[in-house]
Amino acid sequence: MAATKDIVARCEALFEDLNFESARAWKAAEDGRKVIGYLPVYVPREIIHAGGMLPLGVLGGGDRLEVIHGDAYYQSYICRIPRSTVELGVTKRLDFVDGMLFPSTCDVIRNLSGMWKLMFPEVYTRYVDVPQNFDDELGGAFFRQEMEELKEGLEGVAGRKITDDAIRESIAVYNENRRLVRELYAFRAKQPWKTPSAEVYLVVRAGMVLPIEEHNQLIRDYLAAADAEDRPMRDNCRIVLTGTFCEQPPLNLIKSLELAGCYVVDDDLLLITRWLLDDVPTEGDPLGNLARAFLHNSESTSAKYVDDEAEKGRYLVRAVKETGAEGVIFAAPSFCDPALLDRPMLQNELKANNIPYIAFKYAENSGQMQPIREQAGTFADSIKLWSAA
Amino acid sequence: MSTPTPSTEVAKDTSMLQQKAMIAGHYDRLATAREDGRKVCSTFVPGNLNELIMSFDLLNNLPEVNAIQSGLRKQSGLYVMEAEKHGHSEDVCTYVKSDIGMILKGNVGPYGKPLPDPDVLLLCYTGCYTFMKWFELLRERYKCETIFLQIPYEGDGKITQNMRDYVVKQLKEDVIPTLERVSGVKFDIDRLREYLRNSAKAEDDLVHVLQAAKTKPSPIDAYFGGIYYIGPIFGAFRGTEDAIGYYRALREEIDARVAAGQGPVTPEGDMGEEKYRLVVEGPPNYTSFRDFWKMFYDEGAVVVASSYTKVGGVYDFGFRHDPDHPLESLADYCMGCYTNRNLPQRVDMLANYVDEYQADGLLINSIKSCNSFSAGQLLIMREVEKRTGKPGAFIETDLVDPRYFSPANVKNRLESYFQMIDQKRQGGAVAGEAA
Ligand code: SF4
Ligand code: SF4
Repeated sequence: MAATKDIVARCEALFEDLNFESARAWKAAEDGRKVIGYLPVYVPREIIHAGGMLPLGVLGGGDRLEVIHGDAYYQSYICRIPRSTVELGVTKRLDFVDGMLFPSTCDVIRNLSGMWKLMFPEVYTRYVDVPQNFDDELGGAFFRQEMEELKEGLEGVAGRKITDDAIRESIAVYNENRRLVRELYAFRAKQPWKTPSAEVYLVVRAGMVLPIEEHNQLIRDYLAAADAEDRPMRDNCRIVLTGTFCEQPPLNLIKSLELAGCYVVDDDLLLITRWLLDDVPTEGDPLGNLARAFLHNSESTSAKYVDDEAEKGRYLVRAVKETGAEGVIFAAPSFCDPALLDRPMLQNELKANNIPYIAFKYAENSGQMQPIREQAGTFADSIKLWSAA
Repeated sequence: MSTPTPSTEVAKDTSMLQQKAMIAGHYDRLATAREDGRKVCSTFVPGNLNELIMSFDLLNNLPEVNAIQSGLRKQSGLYVMEAEKHGHSEDVCTYVKSDIGMILKGNVGPYGKPLPDPDVLLLCYTGCYTFMKWFELLRERYKCETIFLQIPYEGDGKITQNMRDYVVKQLKEDVIPTLERVSGVKFDIDRLREYLRNSAKAEDDLVHVLQAAKTKPSPIDAYFGGIYYIGPIFGAFRGTEDAIGYYRALREEIDARVAAGQGPVTPEGDMGEEKYRLVVEGPPNYTSFRDFWKMFYDEGAVVVASSYTKVGGVYDFGFRHDPDHPLESLADYCMGCYTNRNLPQRVDMLANYVDEYQADGLLINSIKSCNSFSAGQLLIMREVEKRTGKPGAFIETDLVDPRYFSPANVKNRLESYFQMIDQKRQGGAVAGEAA
């Protein structure tokens, strides 16, 4: 059996590769293969997969990409992820990508869809609208038809029909992936010392570039290896990390939280892997099933409307209760309107439930971790004092 | 530098007096809504369904307009800071914070009278994600009924049947029944048609006024002045007889200016010689609105077309509210608002404006608050430059946060832009002579 160390090393190499060599190799392995990139938070990857194409998560450039051109496209008061994404495009690191999907996450990603059309007219580019009305006849019907049109567009790229049967099969593979990621998260919530969050992140992140079947195996291997290894348990508190659903925090930030005494037992990183909360049925109308899953059984983020006021912020409270967390860390990208506008409402709900929290901002290329480490350390100490009292 | 000729014309404009009275009357109605037994609906400017709201005898209250008014009256800075004191991030849209701060400070409206709590929030989610959070924040405070109407974005630069069906269905099955319940007024489609008919009349006149800027010299300033012209139709008056009267009077005034070969009116009277014609993209700064405007008219610069005057409806390509297709035309109206259009569409619009209005170039006023407008503007500028061959310029301010208006910087930028235009002209002239 592979050791966690080896599995994580492979994931880290994938993470650090800003040329997407593994996706390039996948494409080159067979004639006619196509790659479709997508931005956070959610797109129905099943449809891409059903067309025999590789879905590729594009999550900015992290702290390793030197942004030279990207800054000429964005004012200083706009978050980092669009500029490093543009940098990836302008420097031809995405030149093998045949299509790009920009989901309806915020105005910045929305507008980036139009920029991409202007800058890369040869690439199939689509803004993927998602429903904010959760009635089957309204938002559901709209979203189903949007997916139908997306499917037609992707058929154009793939050069073949995407059949219902193929989508059903892809749903089954992605169901397996969702089950495995949930299992990994449940494992970490129980024994966080065995699955450091930076490792969990890298393992899940590998799924942004690997074919999903390979990713499924990778998670299985990691879980088996993590279970088999003994690692020292620290006297850390347990926290839920939130606000990280789009621009990625640097890996060092995740590491710093644990070093400062906080085990991350739940988070909203790479949410696409857990967006649909349950298995999507593999019988019946596949697009209808995906639409229903989105409406009635999907994750919550700041980018999603909460139609029932009483439910506002409850998902965080539930996450805390279910994972036995003792506090919440709000980490939002600087200038991120969705996360930052939502924050006061979420914090009010936590206050009402006596759940302690701290908040800070980051950028994908933040270098200085000392202040965050200090803040998290103080938070961890105060939680320990509080629970001891 | 040209000196504007002092004039008493500003005071004499009937349209302006009319508009002042209309707005003051509206704030009066809001202030006495409770005593008068009237219910209030809060909603946003882009994609506002004023005709529908009026069909239910509801009064329309627009948080953005309150924020603008607070900005013009130099109160918004205080409100923004108040909201920040209450935990709102310095990074987010200042419109939201100005509104929240105003509420925290007692919700006294811009005319010094208290604004009523809304009975219903109609979140017509058009062209800006921040609206969703803004209404969640208001809902948390008011605990009142909230209607959510999703307006799909024109991602592919067009309105598809699916998008239209979705909006119409939401109107029929969700928005209208809820408004009936909240207001206690039965929906009457003929009443709605009547208001839509009124809207279309006013829209015709508005387009006529805005397009008058194609004349040389332009009789209007389509940005600073334009903001006054769009006030009634973007606000609480679209669909009313008042709006028809206002736009008719305005049209006549502008026609008279064209006939007399006059340029635009400024706060200091008639502008002198027209030296530069600009297209402007982006909202204005409201906290130093007069000073900002002065930087233009002092130099003889007039704005001949702007995207901000399209944010509450794009009418110049032929769209009108249509009494024969009431719900469909409300849907198309919402989806067609400027910030609901994709970037290639925005580039097309702006490049065409530069050509059709014979402008010297595109100036972008980039607003720190507003991702909806701002994300992508640097590319927009370069694309429009490329297509028109005219120089562009970029300045940065904020709508209602005075901390982000730096007069010296803005003035410098503008001056160098005007010099650039001069040089370009001389270059063009030399090339022309040489040819
Ligand atoms: S980080 Fe926030 S503001 Fe930036 S693109 Fe993502 S969701 Fe939008
Ligand atoms: S982000 Fe822009 S469009 Fe949206 S509310 Fe703020 S100022 Fe208005």
